[in-house]
Amino acid sequence: MKTNDVILQTTSKVVFFIIILFAIHLFFAGHYHPGGGFVGGLMTSGALVLLLLAFDIKTVAKGFPIDYKILIGIGLLFAIGTAAGALVFNVPFFTHVFGDVYLPIFGETSLHTAMLFDLGVYLVVIGVTMTIIQTIGESE
Amino acid sequence: MLVIAMQVSLVLITIAMLGFIYRLIKGPTVPDRIVALDAIGINLVAMIAVLSMLFRTYVFLDVILLLGILSFIGTTAFSKFLEKGEIIENDRNH
Repeated sequence: MKTNDVILQTTSKVVFFIIILFAIHLFFAGHYHPGGGFVGGLMTSGALVLLLLAFDIKTVAKGFPIDYKILIGIGLLFAIGTAAGALVFNVPFFTHVFGDVYLPIFGETSLHTAMLFDLGVYLVVIGVTMTIIQTIGESE
Repeated sequence: MLVIAMQVSLVLITIAMLGFIYRLIKGPTVPDRIVALDAIGINLVAMIAVLSMLFRTYVFLDVILLLGILSFIGTTAFSKFLEKGEIIENDRNH
């Protein structure tokens, strides 16, 4: 019997963007407020899991053609790159720099290289969570 | 005065949660228990809101939205397992 999930699918399409925006907010707020890469990544994969619940694995894979195992590698590369970049400037491993930069649209913005490390954590958390869930879901 | 009101509301929310926990343990069918769990999540949201007012802090406000989203996803997953027997389908159209 073919079930009809119009309400679930429509609600998921709307709620997905709210969760993604909340995850981005958590990720960028991590320096001054509670949040950070770990919770942001978990929330993003929560949004993807909601889409997996409402639709199926093939539809979501068509919408987001991402190999999540490669995402883990990119995240680890970000982390090691941020840490090793300090060696180029003849300072110890994992030395971070920060400062206020004037950007065209945002104006006076405080930037920190720890955010790039956090981006690595974010990508690794998404990759690991989605790999685990998809591997379990695909088994017949 | 406001502090007393918040403490009273905390006690009332706790009593409501105890009622839901009774339904969670006693509930004869599985959907009873799922609805009880969902309502416990929403009660937890209310309790965190009152507690963050009591502690005079903003940092718990993210937890409220987080719990709402997690409760929704969890209830959806449980309901889909009850209806179809599998939570994540491989291909729906065949």
